[in-house]
Amino acid sequence: MFALVDGNNFYVSCERVFNPALEGKPVVVLSNNDGCIISRSNEAKALGFKMAQPVYQTKDIIEKHNVAVFSSNYTLYGDMSNRMMKTLMDFSPEVEVYSIDEAFLNLQGITVNLDEYAQRIKSTIQKNIGIPVGVGIAHTKTLAKIANKIGKKSSGFFVIDSEEKRIWALKNTPIDDVWGIGWQYSKMLQQYGVHTAYDFTRLAASWVNQKMTVVGQRTLDELLGTPCISIETIVKAKKNIATTRGFGKKISDVGIISEAVATHAVRCAEKLRRQHSVASYVTIFIHTDPFSTTEKYIYRSVTITLDEPSNSNQNVAQAALLGLKKIFIPNQPYRKTGVIVSGISSENYIQTSIFSTADREKLNKLSQISDSLNSKYGRDKLKLAVQGSSKDWHLKHEKLSPCYTTRWNDLLKVKP
Amino acid sequence: MNSRKKNSVTPLSVDNKEFDSIRLTVEGFVTAGFPSPAGDYIDNELNLKALLVRNESSTFFVQVTGNSMQDANIFDGDILVVDKSLNPSKDSILVCFIDGEFTVKRVSKIGKDFFLIPANKEFKPIKIEEGADFRLWGVVTYVIHKIQ
Repeated sequence: MFALVDGNNFYVSCERVFNPALEGKPVVVLSNNDGCIISRSNEAKALGFKMAQPVYQTKDIIEKHNVAVFSSNYTLYGDMSNRMMKTLMDFSPEVEVYSIDEAFLNLQGITVNLDEYAQRIKSTIQKNIGIPVGVGIAHTKTLAKIANKIGKKSSGFFVIDSEEKRIWALKNTPIDDVWGIGWQYSKMLQQYGVHTAYDFTRLAASWVNQKMTVVGQRTLDELLGTPCISIETIVKAKKNIATTRGFGKKISDVGIISEAVATHAVRCAEKLRRQHSVASYVTIFIHTDPFSTTEKYIYRSVTITLDEPSNSNQNVAQAALLGLKKIFIPNQPYRKTGVIVSGISSENYIQTSIFSTADREKLNKLSQISDSLNSKYGRDKLKLAVQGSSKDWHLKHEKLSPCYTTRWNDLLKVKP
Repeated sequence: MNSRKKNSVTPLSVDNKEFDSIRLTVEGFVTAGFPSPAGDYIDNELNLKALLVRNESSTFFVQVTGNSMQDANIFDGDILVVDKSLNPSKDSILVCFIDGEFTVKRVSKIGKDFFLIPANKEFKPIKIEEGADFRLWGVVTYVIHKIQ
């Protein structure tokens, strides 16, 4: 048996742990640029807020209903996610972290009553972390996803452990809600009169294979109760790491853009160090507003090969700035820039270039000091001079909550 | 009303690199020449986090503002280690959320009513009114108090 556990309206729920007064009230969390709505409390859903809706369209409803609005605080959500995942490991030796707010558990060998087990998972996460979760349990991962969704509509958990329940669940699941069936396939299937997951399971395997390849057939088998997708517990080191941000407005000044590029580069280097990797290539891109009807769209990018694979702030930032120099055209209304590092390998196996002049030990030490000071005093307290301090390019992030769980100084202001 | 507000708390961090570095090192210095005879007996270094944090994923740090718990050795500015997974017992000191504010107190049943009990003679117990928005947030396990 497999379980799928996911946090309900996860980002909103994280904010509520430190702000219990928001329980029962409409709350939304915005995307990186404070542009769109990416997490909604049930109360906000009831008011008609849509996923990915641009926030400016909802200004009136926000004011009228006094909706609490937060910028996304990924530092906080990431920490709360880790806590949730660690707690789930008490319930199964095999936990696959599928995304920031959901995980698959292998329940093989669990002999207790599964309804009770689902309930216990739910109440433990609620009590220990403060996050409400949904639990779906079934013979396959695809069915566990469906069980989870069905549970959401009632007590928060659902177990598919009989043929009757499986068929009932499939009949109550629209085809486009099935894990692994994208919107194109679901459009195609609906043309053939397939509207529910149950309809889909009535199709011949050969037809599905012909129309939707072996991937479609795997979904079919999974819906019929034969497990085809196993738990993947080994976290693969990321193949490439990107830090890209919009400016929040048009910027032409090379100085300000250099600061942004250097800061993104340092962020990439931090991510590399966290997973003990080094990168061989640094790509930098910059572009103007692709949707502008009045200005010509400009997109420029270049990839720089590092002398030797590295994860130091200096090396990555240097390469990124060199790249920026190569592609920068003055006097253009830029909207976004980003840095991508690739060619990632473990830092234990650095192939040293014969041209290498870098004093790697020294750079490593410097990066470590920077990491530990920044964790103590807040991000970017110690930084490369080129990262600057004008902040003109910074994201809006106007409604960011404190990083309650990762910074000593990030106090929730409570008046005594 | 005011007395309750005197003790609010602020959630802080647990998963912190900084904390890992507060270790009491018991290893000797590396010397040239003869290897240290204690070398084979070196144990893991003492880790304060391991001492203070029993359940890592359910433990949060919060900061105290106010003096209403000073007789329980909890002072203004102290950092509390709070475990959300524990069940409170009779004398537990709790972090609660009541009517829009975090507070740290003992909770006691007197007659039919529940009270928030401060640990400071200058403050009076506060009755938890029926219909109040009261939530137990976590159980305090340690106080970190700066001496110097």
